[in-house]
Amino acid sequence: MASIEMSHIVKKYGDGFPAVNDVSLDIADGEFMILVGPSGCGKSTLLRMIVGLEDITSGDMVIAGNRVNDKAPRDRNLSMVFQNYALYPHLTVYENIAFPLRLAKVPDDEVRRRVDEAADVLELREHLERKPANLSGGQRQRVAMGRAIVRAADAFLFDEPLSNLDAKLRGQMRTEIARLQRRLGITTVYVTHDQTEAMTLGDRVCVLRKGVIQQVASPRELYEQPVNLFVAGFIGSPPMNFLPASVSGNALQTPFGAIELDEERAKKVSGHDLLLVGIRPEYFEDASLVDEAKKPRGTTFTARVDVTEWLGDAQYAYIPYEAPADVTEQLKELSRELDSDQLRTQAVVSIDSTSRIREGREAEFWLDTRKVHVFDPKTGENLTRDAEAGRRLTEEAAEDRIEQVERAKV
Amino acid sequence: MSTREKVGWGIGGLIIIIYCLFPVAWIVSLSFKSSDDIANGQFLPTAFSGANYEQILVGDAAGLFLPALVNSFGICLIATFISCLLSMFAAYAIARLDFPGKKIILSTALAVAIFPVISIVTPLFNLWRQIGLYNTWPGLIIPYLSLTLPISIWTLSAFFREIPWEMEQAAQVDGATPWQAFRKVIVPLAAPGVFTTAIIAFFLAWNDFVYGISLTSTEAARPVPAALGLFSGASQFESPNGPIAAAALIVTIPVIVLVLLFQRRIVAGLTNGAVKG
Repeated sequence: MASIEMSHIVKKYGDGFPAVNDVSLDIADGEFMILVGPSGCGKSTLLRMIVGLEDITSGDMVIAGNRVNDKAPRDRNLSMVFQNYALYPHLTVYENIAFPLRLAKVPDDEVRRRVDEAADVLELREHLERKPANLSGGQRQRVAMGRAIVRAADAFLFDEPLSNLDAKLRGQMRTEIARLQRRLGITTVYVTHDQTEAMTLGDRVCVLRKGVIQQVASPRELYEQPVNLFVAGFIGSPPMNFLPASVSGNALQTPFGAIELDEERAKKVSGHDLLLVGIRPEYFEDASLVDEAKKPRGTTFTARVDVTEWLGDAQYAYIPYEAPADVTEQLKELSRELDSDQLRTQAVVSIDSTSRIREGREAEFWLDTRKVHVFDPKTGENLTRDAEAGRRLTEEAAEDRIEQVERAKV
Repeated sequence: MSTREKVGWGIGGLIIIIYCLFPVAWIVSLSFKSSDDIANGQFLPTAFSGANYEQILVGDAAGLFLPALVNSFGICLIATFISCLLSMFAAYAIARLDFPGKKIILSTALAVAIFPVISIVTPLFNLWRQIGLYNTWPGLIIPYLSLTLPISIWTLSAFFREIPWEMEQAAQVDGATPWQAFRKVIVPLAAPGVFTTAIIAFFLAWNDFVYGISLTSTEAARPVPAALGLFSGASQFESPNGPIAAAALIVTIPVIVLVLLFQRRIVAGLTNGAVKG
């Protein structure tokens, strides 16, 4: 049980490139912290600095009140699950799980008791005498977790533990990890690039970009009050749409018509010529399916639908739009940075699965304008972010966590 | 594969096998020929005779052959053991650590391996006589290390590179010291590599002739290949081909046994399941 405090952590490699740049992050005791970001953002490096497999160039790493910068991994009392599990192939499952205990020279009967306990939690009882080579991916994953929980470690570290599993198993293991963490109440740091994992598992999520923290907040705050273009584009699937807009009075002129802003937000965006409006796919709807009472809270527009995707529970429509060349370039740059390659400027729109809108036709859409965010394309900053609302969301999440931990203890 | 292809492959394989094994078969037959039979020009002996084996194991040549056999085994096993041990540490360092001069070590090892033995044997002969290593076991073990170490370092460092870094890091996080991680995780995983290396090193030492003939003078240290060269017939008019063939077969047996024994341990895929499958 321990908190992890990082202050001004920097990691520079031999060529002077800062993989992690001035990261300060406090992880509370028992908290589930997610490090997320596109590949190469330094999230794994940061995790490996916590566990001690990577040297810290400068800054302080404090675990449970002790500065551990110069301590070897074995002296930090952390346990880690690796992306490829790193099971010992020459040892049985039992000995794999018992490995940390054997190193600590724990007596045999104690080892048996604790391995059995871990095996029960992870349902590995009948596999204890097998070798890792004969296990399925999910079972190997559980063995790796068993090795982590068998020792009374101060914190768990996960390095993309589910990325080698197929989608179905990943979902199961995800809930399993969440349950386990709540039950044991151990501080957990979890690296992933999968935003479903980030959103569902984390008490708080730390979004990294090129070694710099962008925002640390509860998943809800990240989703509803992103601090900048990068976070807004990274969190959410399908991603947020960014439309070019220009200000005229209290309204924004976009390719999909004018968006009226309220007084307060209009004040925040005034003084910029070109802006980007961030609209999540679910803020759109097929206009014919929108309640008349709701309609005035947004705007309606007509557009030609390029492609539709029907998924059963939801339906996505793709609407191409024209944008100035420099905006197009910038959006492409952003999507490249987010590990995707958006080829054309198009909006992804989530409509009701019963909608009769079909590809290649003109259709009328309704847009809920209350929650749209406006970004400055030059700095990427979110001009309409409501910091107070965001703080409230994260506070609520913290309260939920404390309540859940209390309940797990009983 | 069509039948024609199968037949083609079969015939091709057979030709290669005959080409490779015919000389061996000839030596087998030669070793069973009596001395009158040796030059009979036929593959099979007219009458199978154990005389050659008798001669080298209990007869005249036994004094030459049996101590040589003991020497060969002792010297080669010790040289193999030392070179495996040393190269294990060296290869681990080369595969895992970043230190200045890594490239130099590897290329020097290669240079030593391709250096002609004959060019260093004369200076060694003089040096060994000066310092008293001439005609002793260490006097052969040391030059054998120069044969076996380079190749051992190269093969083992290739094996170590194959072992995922995470294995060791996982061990360290689990509470192992670097030495414990090496001994409990890396060495067991590298075991197939170590066995392969040991076989190669053993053969290199076992097959050496130049050092063996040059740096020894009596049965105190003379290995088998050198001893074979000193065989003589029962009289000066008889060729010693029969006993040589018999001795050659006897020294081949340990090699074959070694391969058969270790073959089971050289299982590729021991690391299966260690990382994602």
